[in-house]
Amino acid sequence: MRSMQNTGDKVIKAGLFLLLLIMVFPLFILVADSFMGSRELTEKFGPVLAGTKGMTEFTLLPMYPTLRAYIKLLLDSPEFFVAFWNSVLQTGAVVAGQILVAVPAAWAFARYPFPGKRMLWFLYMLLMILPFQVTMVSGYLVLNAAGLMDTHWAVIIPGVFSTLPVFILRKTFAAIPHEILEAAQVDGAGDLRLFFHIGIPAGKSGIFSIAILGFLEYWNGIEQPMTFLKTESLRPLSLYLPDITVSEAAVSFAASVIMLLPALLFFFFGQEYLEQGIAASGIRE
Amino acid sequence: MLMKLREISRRRWILTCQNRRKMWKGYLFLFPSLLGTGGFVFLPFLDVVRRSFLRAAGNGFVGLDNYRAVLGNEAFHLAVKNTAAFMAVCVPLLLLLSLGTAVFLEQALRKSRLFKTGFLLPMAIPAASVVVFFQLVFDRSGWINGLLGGLGMEGRDWLASDSAFWVLTVCYIWKNLGYDMILWLAGLYAIPREQYEAAKVQGAGRMACFRFITLPQLKETAFVTALLSFINAFRVFREAYLIAGEYPHESIYMLQHLFNNWFTNLDIQKMTAAAVMLVVLIGGILIGNEIYAKHRG
Repeated sequence: MRSMQNTGDKVIKAGLFLLLLIMVFPLFILVADSFMGSRELTEKFGPVLAGTKGMTEFTLLPMYPTLRAYIKLLLDSPEFFVAFWNSVLQTGAVVAGQILVAVPAAWAFARYPFPGKRMLWFLYMLLMILPFQVTMVSGYLVLNAAGLMDTHWAVIIPGVFSTLPVFILRKTFAAIPHEILEAAQVDGAGDLRLFFHIGIPAGKSGIFSIAILGFLEYWNGIEQPMTFLKTESLRPLSLYLPDITVSEAAVSFAASVIMLLPALLFFFFGQEYLEQGIAASGIRE
Repeated sequence: MLMKLREISRRRWILTCQNRRKMWKGYLFLFPSLLGTGGFVFLPFLDVVRRSFLRAAGNGFVGLDNYRAVLGNEAFHLAVKNTAAFMAVCVPLLLLLSLGTAVFLEQALRKSRLFKTGFLLPMAIPAASVVVFFQLVFDRSGWINGLLGGLGMEGRDWLASDSAFWVLTVCYIWKNLGYDMILWLAGLYAIPREQYEAAKVQGAGRMACFRFITLPQLKETAFVTALLSFINAFRVFREAYLIAGEYPHESIYMLQHLFNNWFTNLDIQKMTAAAVMLVVLIGGILIGNEIYAKHRG
């Protein structure tokens, strides 16, 4: 019996390892092949990326690793920098705005009874579920009327008022024990004090996690910039990248790795918080 | 006596005043968010509802004509069918796989740091990079077909045939498995250890423990996980769009493609009517779920 369970555990462990390999494999390929020279790349991946004849070769590591693609990208492609900066600006503004707006809103939903609360929570949930394309029309009507179409604001403003962060954060705040807040109230702390001195420190991991989720979401944003931005020079990296995939295969691998880096950096830096934040939304109240 | 009554009513009045002030306090914190969602979504949506009953040019009232036009539209039928099929297949599949992974991970491994990192990693990979990889694998001249060719089998164009649906499903599961797994793990960790030990003492096996202790206590987690998976399922449009553009193979032509194409053609009338119907549908599901949850206590 005992030994059977042990074999079972071993099989499970092996299975999990295999799954892990599958999960990280795409990342490995993207990074490894970004060091491939343009010639080797055309030779091996030409059939897929450039439409040449033959079959794509399966390669784990480049035969002749080179940094040429990176150099070309960083030195010869001013559009790349423009797109990168646009991404930084749009994503940064959305994430900062989301924190300013969603943190107090989640606090209100978690900690206060107020008239119309159930109705509003329902609307917030509905808004969170609807895909972008459904709210696109109403967003377009307002942005157009305000003369904000085809500006950075067209991407930033709708992003700031997303209700998903409110949903994720509410449970984090609701999980703060009553006694702590009551004790502070007895000591004479007002509403703002409770929020800033107890709520925010206690909800730290949740706040970090909505920041990281928001970053990943808008760093990869395709739909919003695609619909609301027409000017080429305003477009973020997420739209620039698919364009060069067709024209310059060698550079596109390098560009996708550079685009990946900030996301990975945030991810590894904040993984603990991200996990805690995600987990907080999954437990019972 | 009268004095006492008066005193009581005075106190009560003060209390209601305080309560009333307290009642509205929540709005103080909600205000910035409400201003934005109200101004950018809720109010303009009323305009969308109004427009859905109007003619495109001018302001003529056309009743339900726009709705009829949408419901009679073949592209709309296809998009609804595909979106519903995708949701019905990929969300339950993801929920099962992620629950399985979470349960195994929790049982078999003490140190799961590496696994959590690895499983969450796909979340961080930009859609445009993901698509390059998927093309290498699933293209007509990609790796899978190369492998099949090596085995003497005929390959196919995975991205431009019915199998595109399954490629998209794989992509969705790959991307969201880690997120859902973390949610399930949180639910699993919240179950007290003692319950398992008590059950073991009484001779319950692993399966029995899972069925009678674990599953019942994961209900709330299941709801949140399903909800977030549903939301994330709408997001695969990104990958679908980048892989196949505005008019992909008809097995992955989703509502999002349709809305997008209507927008490009400035077909605002159809968009407004379809948006209203979708909001009513999803709102109805939400309310239904609420009532169902309350009914069961």
